[in-house]
Amino acid sequence: MEHEITTPLTKDVIATLHAGDTVRITGTIYTARDAAHKRMAEALQEGKPLPFDIRGQIIYYMGPTPAKPGHVIGSAGPTTASRMDKYTPQLLDLGLIGMIGKGKRSQAVKDAIVRNGAVYFAAIGGAGALLSHSIVGAKVIAYEDLGTEAIRELTVKDFPAIVVMDAEGTDLYKKVAEGTTSCD
Amino acid sequence: MESQIRSVDVAGVTSAIRDMCIRANCGLAKDMQDRLQEALARETSPVGKSVLTQLEQNLEIAGKEQIPICQDTGMAVVFMEIGQDVHFVGGDLNEAVNEGVRQGYTEGYLRKSVVSDPLLRKNTGDNTPAVLHLSMVPGDKVKITVAPKGFGSENMSRVVMLKPADGEEGVIDAVVQAVKDAGPNACPPMVVGVGIGGTFEKCAEMAKQALTLNTSEHSDLPHIRKLEEEILKRINRTGLGPAGLGGVNTALSVRILTYPTHIAGLPVGINICCHVNRHETVVL
Ligand code: SF4
Repeated sequence: MEHEITTPLTKDVIATLHAGDTVRITGTIYTARDAAHKRMAEALQEGKPLPFDIRGQIIYYMGPTPAKPGHVIGSAGPTTASRMDKYTPQLLDLGLIGMIGKGKRSQAVKDAIVRNGAVYFAAIGGAGALLSHSIVGAKVIAYEDLGTEAIRELTVKDFPAIVVMDAEGTDLYKKVAEGTTSCD
Repeated sequence: MESQIRSVDVAGVTSAIRDMCIRANCGLAKDMQDRLQEALARETSPVGKSVLTQLEQNLEIAGKEQIPICQDTGMAVVFMEIGQDVHFVGGDLNEAVNEGVRQGYTEGYLRKSVVSDPLLRKNTGDNTPAVLHLSMVPGDKVKITVAPKGFGSENMSRVVMLKPADGEEGVIDAVVQAVKDAGPNACPPMVVGVGIGGTFEKCAEMAKQALTLNTSEHSDLPHIRKLEEEILKRINRTGLGPAGLGGVNTALSVRILTYPTHIAGLPVGINICCHVNRHETVVL
Protein backbone atom coordinates (compact mmCIF):
# COMPACT_ATOMS: atom_id res chain seq x y z
CA MET A 1 0.00 0.00 0.00
CA GLU A 2 1.19 3.52 -0.73
CA HIS A 3 0.70 6.39 1.76
CA GLU A 4 1.30 10.10 1.46
CA ILE A 5 2.25 11.33 4.90
CA THR A 6 3.21 14.72 6.32
CA THR A 7 5.34 15.60 9.32
CA PRO A 8 5.08 15.82 12.25
CA LEU A 9 3.65 12.31 12.31
CA THR A 10 0.89 11.36 14.68
CA LYS A 11 0.42 7.97 16.32
CA ASP A 12 -2.88 7.61 14.45
CA VAL A 13 -1.13 7.92 11.11
CA ILE A 14 1.67 5.58 12.18
CA ALA A 15 -0.89 2.98 13.18
CA THR A 16 -2.01 2.78 9.52
CA LEU A 17 1.53 2.03 8.30
CA HIS A 18 2.52 -1.61 7.89
CA ALA A 19 5.85 -3.22 7.12
CA GLY A 20 6.20 -3.40 3.33
CA ASP A 21 4.08 -0.29 2.64
CA THR A 22 5.65 2.51 0.65
CA VAL A 23 5.38 6.13 1.76
CA ARG A 24 6.03 9.58 0.35
CA ILE A 25 7.02 11.95 3.12
CA THR A 26 6.40 15.70 2.94
CA GLY A 27 7.39 18.25 5.57
CA THR A 28 10.34 18.75 7.90
CA ILE A 29 12.80 16.04 8.91
CA TYR A 30 16.16 16.20 10.71
CA THR A 31 19.48 14.60 9.83
CA ALA A 32 21.75 13.05 12.43
CA ARG A 33 24.32 10.29 12.20
CA ASP A 34 27.07 8.84 14.39
CA ALA A 35 28.79 11.93 15.76
CA ALA A 36 25.57 13.94 16.24
CA HIS A 37 23.97 11.05 18.12
CA LYS A 38 26.98 10.84 20.39
CA ARG A 39 26.72 14.56 21.15
CA MET A 40 22.99 14.37 21.79
CA ALA A 41 23.54 11.48 24.21
CA GLU A 42 26.24 13.50 26.00
CA ALA A 43 23.92 16.52 26.23
CA LEU A 44 21.21 14.38 27.78
CA GLN A 45 23.65 12.89 30.24
CA GLU A 46 24.68 16.37 31.33
CA GLY A 47 21.04 17.34 31.75
CA LYS A 48 21.15 19.76 28.80
CA PRO A 49 18.38 20.11 26.20
CA LEU A 50 18.65 18.58 22.73
CA PRO A 51 19.38 21.01 19.88
CA PHE A 52 15.84 20.57 18.53
CA ASP A 53 12.52 19.39 19.89
CA ILE A 54 12.43 15.76 18.81
CA ARG A 55 8.85 15.09 19.88
CA GLY A 56 6.84 13.77 16.94
CA GLN A 57 9.81 14.19 14.58
CA ILE A 58 11.68 12.00 12.12
CA ILE A 59 15.46 11.62 12.10
CA TYR A 60 17.08 10.76 8.78
CA TYR A 61 20.41 8.94 9.19
CA MET A 62 22.25 10.80 6.49
CA GLY A 63 25.36 12.89 5.88
CA PRO A 64 25.22 14.62 2.48
CA THR A 65 27.93 15.55 0.03
CA PRO A 66 28.46 19.34 -0.23
CA ALA A 67 25.88 21.13 -2.37
CA LYS A 68 27.14 22.30 -5.74
CA PRO A 69 26.41 25.97 -6.49
CA GLY A 70 22.72 26.31 -7.30
CA HIS A 71 21.80 23.03 -5.57
CA VAL A 72 19.92 22.71 -2.26
CA ILE A 73 22.02 19.76 -1.13
CA GLY A 74 24.43 17.21 -2.57
CA SER A 75 23.91 13.48 -2.83
CA ALA A 76 21.75 12.49 0.13
CA GLY A 77 21.01 8.79 0.66
CA PRO A 78 20.63 6.83 3.91
CA THR A 79 23.43 5.43 6.04
CA THR A 80 23.39 2.20 8.05
CA ALA A 81 20.98 2.61 10.95
CA SER A 82 22.38 -0.02 13.31
CA ARG A 83 25.29 2.23 14.24
CA MET A 84 22.76 4.47 15.97
CA ASP A 85 21.10 1.58 17.84
CA LYS A 86 22.96 2.35 21.05
CA TYR A 87 21.37 5.80 21.24
CA THR A 88 17.96 5.21 19.66
CA PRO A 89 15.82 3.72 22.47
CA GLN A 90 16.46 6.77 24.66
CA LEU A 91 15.47 9.16 21.85
CA LEU A 92 12.31 7.19 21.13
CA ASP A 93 11.38 7.28 24.80
CA LEU A 94 11.82 11.07 24.66
CA GLY A 95 9.33 11.38 21.82
CA LEU A 96 11.17 10.73 18.56
CA ILE A 97 8.59 9.00 16.39
CA GLY A 98 10.24 8.06 13.11
CA MET A 99 13.60 7.15 11.61
CA ILE A 100 14.80 6.81 8.04
CA GLY A 101 17.91 4.74 7.32
CA LYS A 102 18.93 1.43 5.88
CA GLY A 103 19.60 -1.95 7.40
CA LYS A 104 18.66 -4.02 10.40
CA ARG A 105 18.02 -2.75 13.93
CA SER A 106 18.67 -4.26 17.34
CA GLN A 107 16.03 -5.94 19.49
CA ALA A 108 16.26 -3.02 21.93
CA VAL A 109 15.33 -0.61 19.14
CA LYS A 110 12.47 -2.84 18.00
CA ASP A 111 11.14 -2.96 21.55
CA ALA A 112 11.36 0.82 21.84
CA ILE A 113 9.55 1.24 18.51
CA VAL A 114 6.68 -0.90 19.73
CA ARG A 115 6.67 0.66 23.21
CA ASN A 116 6.37 4.15 21.73
CA GLY A 117 4.22 3.47 18.68
CA ALA A 118 7.00 4.62 16.35
CA VAL A 119 8.14 3.59 12.88
CA TYR A 120 11.39 2.83 11.03
CA PHE A 121 11.58 3.52 7.30
CA ALA A 122 14.23 2.45 4.80
CA ALA A 123 15.28 4.65 1.93
CA ILE A 124 17.15 3.03 -0.95
CA GLY A 125 20.85 2.83 -0.16
CA GLY A 126 23.09 4.17 -2.87
CA ALA A 127 20.40 6.30 -4.49
CA GLY A 128 21.65 9.59 -3.03
CA ALA A 129 21.52 11.54 -6.28
CA LEU A 130 17.89 10.56 -6.89
CA LEU A 131 16.86 11.19 -3.27
CA SER A 132 18.40 14.66 -3.34
CA HIS A 133 15.60 15.64 -5.74
CA SER A 134 13.03 15.14 -2.96
CA ILE A 135 14.84 17.59 -0.69
CA VAL A 136 13.73 21.15 -1.34
CA GLY A 137 15.32 22.90 1.65
CA ALA A 138 18.32 22.27 3.92
CA LYS A 139 19.92 24.20 6.73
CA VAL A 140 22.37 23.30 9.46
CA ILE A 141 20.78 23.86 12.87
CA ALA A 142 23.38 22.36 15.23
CA TYR A 143 26.91 20.99 15.56
CA GLU A 144 28.13 22.81 12.45
CA ASP A 145 31.73 21.85 13.27
CA LEU A 146 30.84 18.23 12.49
CA GLY A 147 30.70 19.02 8.76
CA THR A 148 28.65 16.42 6.95
CA GLU A 149 27.64 15.02 10.36
CA ALA A 150 26.04 18.28 11.54
CA ILE A 151 22.31 18.26 12.33
CA ARG A 152 20.34 19.62 9.39
CA GLU A 153 16.72 20.56 9.12
CA LEU A 154 15.48 19.33 5.77
CA THR A 155 12.31 20.25 3.96
CA VAL A 156 11.24 17.25 1.93
CA LYS A 157 8.60 16.79 -0.69
CA ASP A 158 7.34 13.32 -1.60
CA PHE A 159 10.45 11.70 -0.16
CA PRO A 160 10.19 7.97 -1.03
CA ALA A 161 10.68 5.34 1.68
CA ILE A 162 9.49 1.90 2.70
CA VAL A 163 8.10 0.89 6.07
CA VAL A 164 10.56 -1.69 7.41
CA MET A 165 9.50 -1.81 11.06
CA ASP A 166 5.99 -0.84 11.99
CA ALA A 167 4.51 0.04 15.38
CA GLU A 168 3.36 -3.55 15.84
CA GLY A 169 6.93 -4.76 15.62
CA THR A 170 6.73 -6.44 12.23
CA ASP A 171 10.16 -6.46 10.58
CA LEU A 172 10.20 -6.56 6.78
CA TYR A 173 13.90 -7.54 6.57
CA LYS A 174 13.27 -10.50 8.84
CA LYS A 175 10.36 -11.63 6.70
CA VAL A 176 12.49 -11.37 3.55
CA ALA A 177 15.33 -13.35 5.17
CA GLU A 178 12.86 -16.04 6.24
CA GLY A 179 11.25 -16.08 2.82
CA THR A 180 7.84 -15.20 4.27
CA THR A 181 7.31 -11.79 2.72
CA SER A 182 4.48 -11.08 0.37
CA CYS A 183 6.64 -8.39 -1.21
CA ASP A 184 7.79 -10.54 -4.09
CA MET B 1 71.26 -4.54 -21.53
CA GLU B 2 70.91 -1.47 -19.40
CA SER B 3 67.44 -0.06 -19.09
CA GLN B 4 66.69 3.63 -19.23
CA ILE B 5 65.47 5.32 -16.11
CA ARG B 6 62.27 7.29 -16.78
CA SER B 7 61.52 10.36 -14.70
CA VAL B 8 57.91 10.86 -13.68
CA ASP B 9 56.87 14.13 -12.05
CA VAL B 10 54.68 13.50 -9.01
CA ALA B 11 52.52 16.46 -10.08
CA GLY B 12 51.17 14.15 -12.80
CA VAL B 13 50.23 11.63 -10.11
CA THR B 14 48.35 14.34 -8.19
CA SER B 15 46.30 15.52 -11.14
CA ALA B 16 45.52 11.97 -12.28
CA ILE B 17 44.26 11.04 -8.80
CA ARG B 18 42.27 14.26 -8.49
CA ASP B 19 40.43 13.54 -11.74
CA MET B 20 39.86 9.86 -10.95
CA CYS B 21 38.36 10.64 -7.52
CA ILE B 22 35.75 12.84 -9.19
CA ARG B 23 35.08 10.58 -12.18
CA ALA B 24 34.75 7.43 -10.06
CA ASN B 25 32.23 9.05 -7.75
CA CYS B 26 29.95 10.51 -10.41
CA GLY B 27 29.69 7.54 -12.77
CA LEU B 28 30.14 3.80 -12.93
CA ALA B 29 32.27 1.88 -15.41
CA LYS B 30 30.49 0.31 -18.39
CA ASP B 31 30.67 -3.21 -16.94
CA MET B 32 28.87 -2.14 -13.74
CA GLN B 33 26.18 -0.38 -15.78
CA ASP B 34 25.73 -3.56 -17.79
CA ARG B 35 25.42 -5.67 -14.62
CA LEU B 36 22.69 -3.36 -13.28
CA GLN B 37 20.78 -3.49 -16.55
CA GLU B 38 20.97 -7.27 -16.68
CA ALA B 39 19.77 -7.41 -13.08
CA LEU B 40 16.71 -5.32 -13.92
CA ALA B 41 15.90 -7.54 -16.89
CA ARG B 42 16.22 -10.67 -14.73
CA GLU B 43 14.48 -9.45 -11.57
CA THR B 44 11.20 -11.15 -10.79
CA SER B 45 10.15 -9.34 -7.62
CA PRO B 46 8.11 -6.15 -8.16
CA VAL B 47 9.86 -4.40 -5.24
CA GLY B 48 13.22 -5.55 -6.55
CA LYS B 49 12.35 -4.17 -9.99
CA SER B 50 11.29 -0.88 -8.52
CA VAL B 51 14.54 -0.57 -6.54
CA LEU B 52 16.67 -1.39 -9.59
CA THR B 53 14.73 1.09 -11.72
CA GLN B 54 15.42 3.79 -9.13
CA LEU B 55 19.10 2.87 -9.11
CA GLU B 56 19.13 3.33 -12.87
CA GLN B 57 17.48 6.76 -12.53
CA ASN B 58 19.98 7.59 -9.81
CA LEU B 59 22.91 6.85 -12.11
CA GLU B 60 21.35 8.98 -14.82
CA ILE B 61 20.92 11.95 -12.49
CA ALA B 62 24.45 11.60 -11.13
CA GLY B 63 25.83 11.60 -14.65
CA LYS B 64 23.73 14.49 -15.88
CA GLU B 65 24.28 16.75 -12.88
CA GLN B 66 27.79 15.49 -12.18
CA ILE B 67 26.96 14.81 -8.55
CA PRO B 68 28.02 11.72 -6.58
CA ILE B 69 26.07 8.49 -7.19
CA CYS B 70 26.06 7.99 -3.44
CA GLN B 71 26.65 10.43 -0.59
CA ASP B 72 29.24 8.07 0.87
CA THR B 73 32.03 9.01 -1.51
CA GLY B 74 34.22 6.69 0.45
CA MET B 75 37.76 6.49 1.71
CA ALA B 76 40.12 6.73 -1.25
CA VAL B 77 41.89 3.42 -1.82
CA VAL B 78 44.74 3.80 -4.31
CA PHE B 79 46.64 0.97 -5.98
CA MET B 80 49.89 1.93 -7.70
CA GLU B 81 51.93 -0.44 -9.83
CA ILE B 82 55.27 1.22 -10.30
CA GLY B 83 57.64 0.12 -13.04
CA GLN B 84 61.07 -0.49 -11.57
CA ASP B 85 62.65 1.82 -14.14
CA VAL B 86 60.65 4.80 -12.92
CA HIS B 87 62.22 7.57 -10.90
CA PHE B 88 59.77 9.94 -9.24
CA VAL B 89 60.78 13.60 -9.24
CA GLY B 90 59.19 16.82 -8.00
CA GLY B 91 58.37 15.81 -4.42
CA ASP B 92 57.17 13.17 -2.00
CA LEU B 93 55.06 10.50 -3.73
CA ASN B 94 52.85 9.84 -0.70
CA GLU B 95 52.14 13.53 -0.35
CA ALA B 96 51.37 13.78 -4.07
CA VAL B 97 48.79 11.00 -3.74
CA ASN B 98 47.15 12.70 -0.77
CA GLU B 99 47.20 16.05 -2.57
CA GLY B 100 45.28 14.42 -5.44
CA VAL B 101 42.68 13.11 -3.01
CA ARG B 102 42.49 16.51 -1.28
CA GLN B 103 41.91 18.34 -4.58
CA GLY B 104 39.46 15.77 -5.92
CA TYR B 105 37.31 15.69 -2.81
CA THR B 106 37.35 19.45 -2.32
CA GLU B 107 36.93 20.63 -5.90
CA GLY B 108 34.55 17.79 -6.83
CA TYR B 109 32.06 18.49 -4.01
CA LEU B 110 32.68 15.04 -2.57
CA ARG B 111 32.05 14.16 1.06
CA LYS B 112 34.86 14.35 3.59
CA SER B 113 34.43 11.07 5.44
CA VAL B 114 37.82 10.47 7.04
CA VAL B 115 38.74 10.98 10.71
CA SER B 116 42.38 11.46 11.73
CA ASP B 117 42.38 9.06 14.64
CA PRO B 118 40.12 6.02 14.83
CA LEU B 119 39.33 6.65 18.51
CA LEU B 120 39.52 10.43 18.83
CA ARG B 121 37.55 10.79 15.57
CA LYS B 122 38.22 14.29 14.33
CA ASN B 123 37.40 14.79 10.65
CA THR B 124 40.49 15.64 8.58
CA GLY B 125 38.34 17.96 6.47
CA ASP B 126 39.72 16.91 3.08
CA ASN B 127 39.22 13.13 3.00
CA THR B 128 42.93 12.45 3.35
CA PRO B 129 44.85 10.32 3.85
CA ALA B 130 44.34 7.74 1.13
CA VAL B 131 45.00 4.06 1.73
CA LEU B 132 47.88 3.43 -0.64
CA HIS B 133 48.96 0.01 -1.91
CA LEU B 134 52.26 0.06 -3.78
CA SER B 135 53.73 -2.71 -5.86
CA MET B 136 56.80 -2.88 -8.03
CA VAL B 137 56.63 -4.37 -11.52
CA PRO B 138 59.00 -4.53 -14.51
CA GLY B 139 58.94 -1.63 -16.99
CA ASP B 140 58.82 2.15 -16.88
CA LYS B 141 55.10 2.83 -16.51
CA VAL B 142 52.99 3.80 -13.51
CA LYS B 143 49.51 2.30 -13.29
CA ILE B 144 47.20 4.00 -10.82
CA THR B 145 43.77 2.72 -9.77
CA VAL B 146 41.55 4.81 -7.52
CA ALA B 147 38.75 2.93 -5.78
CA PRO B 148 36.70 5.07 -3.36
CA LYS B 149 35.26 2.62 -0.82
CA GLY B 150 31.97 3.19 1.00
CA PHE B 151 31.76 1.90 4.54
CA GLY B 152 28.21 0.53 4.68
CA SER B 153 29.59 -2.43 2.79
CA GLU B 154 33.18 -2.21 4.07
CA ASN B 155 31.87 -2.74 7.61
CA MET B 156 30.34 -6.06 6.54
CA SER B 157 33.63 -7.44 5.17
CA ARG B 158 35.77 -10.02 6.95
CA VAL B 159 38.75 -12.36 6.93
CA VAL B 160 38.23 -16.00 7.88
CA MET B 161 41.07 -18.42 8.46
CA LEU B 162 39.64 -21.73 7.23
CA LYS B 163 41.24 -25.14 7.56
CA PRO B 164 42.64 -26.84 4.45
CA ALA B 165 40.05 -29.59 4.99
CA ASP B 166 37.24 -27.03 4.63
CA GLY B 167 38.11 -26.76 0.94
CA GLU B 168 35.90 -25.25 -1.71
CA GLU B 169 32.66 -25.83 0.21
CA GLY B 170 34.12 -24.02 3.18
CA VAL B 171 34.95 -21.02 1.01
CA ILE B 172 31.47 -20.96 -0.53
CA ASP B 173 29.78 -21.17 2.88
CA ALA B 174 31.99 -18.41 4.32
CA VAL B 175 31.20 -16.00 1.49
CA VAL B 176 27.48 -16.73 1.45
CA GLN B 177 27.34 -16.30 5.23
CA ALA B 178 29.13 -12.93 5.00
CA VAL B 179 26.61 -11.78 2.39
CA LYS B 180 23.66 -12.94 4.52
CA ASP B 181 25.06 -11.16 7.56
CA ALA B 182 25.60 -8.02 5.48
CA GLY B 183 22.04 -8.10 4.18
CA PRO B 184 20.46 -4.66 3.67
CA ASN B 185 23.35 -2.86 5.42
CA ALA B 186 25.60 -3.31 2.39
CA CYS B 187 23.15 -1.82 -0.12
CA PRO B 188 22.49 -4.89 -2.26
CA PRO B 189 22.80 -5.80 -5.06
CA MET B 190 26.40 -6.22 -3.97
CA VAL B 191 29.68 -6.92 -5.66
CA VAL B 192 31.86 -9.37 -3.77
CA GLY B 193 35.65 -9.47 -3.92
CA VAL B 194 37.32 -12.59 -2.55
CA GLY B 195 40.99 -13.28 -1.88
CA ILE B 196 41.92 -16.90 -1.24
CA GLY B 197 45.35 -17.97 0.02
CA GLY B 198 48.46 -16.08 1.03
CA THR B 199 48.48 -14.90 4.61
CA PHE B 200 46.07 -13.01 6.87
CA GLU B 201 46.81 -9.61 5.30
CA LYS B 202 47.44 -10.89 1.78
CA CYS B 203 43.97 -12.39 1.37
CA ALA B 204 42.37 -9.14 2.53
CA GLU B 205 44.35 -7.07 0.06
CA MET B 206 43.51 -9.49 -2.77
CA ALA B 207 39.83 -9.25 -1.85
CA LYS B 208 40.01 -5.48 -2.20
CA GLN B 209 41.84 -5.75 -5.49
CA ALA B 210 39.28 -8.27 -6.76
CA LEU B 211 36.67 -5.52 -6.49
CA THR B 212 38.59 -3.50 -9.09
CA LEU B 213 38.46 -6.31 -11.67
CA ASN B 214 36.17 -6.14 -14.68
CA THR B 215 32.87 -7.82 -13.78
CA SER B 216 32.35 -8.83 -17.43
CA GLU B 217 35.33 -11.16 -17.16
CA HIS B 218 36.16 -14.24 -15.11
CA SER B 219 39.27 -15.82 -13.64
CA ASP B 220 41.64 -17.48 -16.11
CA LEU B 221 41.88 -20.45 -13.77
CA PRO B 222 39.07 -22.88 -14.70
CA HIS B 223 38.39 -24.03 -11.11
CA ILE B 224 38.30 -20.43 -9.85
CA ARG B 225 36.02 -19.34 -12.67
CA LYS B 226 33.65 -22.14 -11.67
CA LEU B 227 33.87 -21.03 -8.06
CA GLU B 228 33.05 -17.41 -9.01
CA GLU B 229 29.95 -18.61 -10.83
CA GLU B 230 28.90 -21.05 -8.11
CA ILE B 231 29.22 -18.50 -5.28
CA LEU B 232 27.20 -15.92 -7.24
CA LYS B 233 24.47 -18.48 -7.85
CA ARG B 234 24.31 -19.43 -4.17
CA ILE B 235 24.26 -15.79 -3.06
CA ASN B 236 21.37 -15.02 -5.34
CA ARG B 237 19.49 -18.02 -4.01
CA THR B 238 19.25 -16.29 -0.60
CA GLY B 239 16.42 -14.14 -1.96
CA LEU B 240 17.58 -11.01 -0.11
CA GLY B 241 17.35 -9.05 -3.34
CA PRO B 242 17.83 -5.37 -4.18
CA ALA B 243 17.97 -3.21 -1.01
CA GLY B 244 17.38 -6.41 0.97
CA LEU B 245 13.67 -6.19 0.18
CA GLY B 246 13.43 -9.48 -1.68
CA GLY B 247 14.35 -10.61 -5.17
CA VAL B 248 16.75 -12.65 -7.25
CA ASN B 249 19.54 -10.06 -7.44
CA THR B 250 21.45 -10.03 -4.16
CA ALA B 251 24.83 -9.82 -5.87
CA LEU B 252 25.86 -8.67 -9.34
CA SER B 253 29.29 -10.25 -9.48
CA VAL B 254 31.81 -12.32 -7.54
CA ARG B 255 35.49 -12.01 -8.48
CA ILE B 256 38.27 -14.03 -6.89
CA LEU B 257 42.05 -13.65 -6.70
CA THR B 258 44.28 -16.41 -5.34
CA TYR B 259 47.83 -16.80 -4.08
CA PRO B 260 49.91 -19.73 -2.84
CA THR B 261 49.48 -20.38 0.86
CA HIS B 262 50.90 -22.38 3.79
CA ILE B 263 50.36 -26.16 4.16
CA ALA B 264 48.39 -25.47 7.35
CA GLY B 265 46.06 -22.75 6.13
CA LEU B 266 43.25 -21.56 3.88
CA PRO B 267 42.87 -17.80 4.45
CA VAL B 268 39.84 -16.19 2.84
CA GLY B 269 39.32 -12.43 2.59
CA ILE B 270 35.78 -11.32 1.78
CA ASN B 271 35.40 -7.70 0.76
CA ILE B 272 31.78 -6.73 0.34
CA CYS B 273 30.96 -3.83 -1.94
CA CYS B 274 27.63 -2.32 -2.85
CA HIS B 275 26.25 -1.69 -6.33
CA VAL B 276 28.23 1.57 -6.29
CA ASN B 277 31.42 -0.32 -7.09
CA ARG B 278 33.67 2.54 -8.15
CA HIS B 279 37.11 2.41 -9.66
CA GLU B 280 39.10 4.27 -12.27
CA THR B 281 42.48 3.44 -13.74
CA VAL B 282 45.11 5.38 -15.68
CA VAL B 283 48.60 4.54 -16.87
CA LEU B 284 51.24 7.28 -16.75
S1 SF4 C 1 27.27 0.82 0.99
FE1 SF4 C 1 27.68 1.75 -1.00
S2 SF4 C 1 25.71 2.39 -1.82
FE2 SF4 C 1 25.46 1.98 0.36
S3 SF4 C 1 25.70 3.98 1.31
FE3 SF4 C 1 27.70 2.99 1.36
S4 SF4 C 1 28.75 3.61 -0.55
FE4 SF4 C 1 26.59 4.12 -0.74
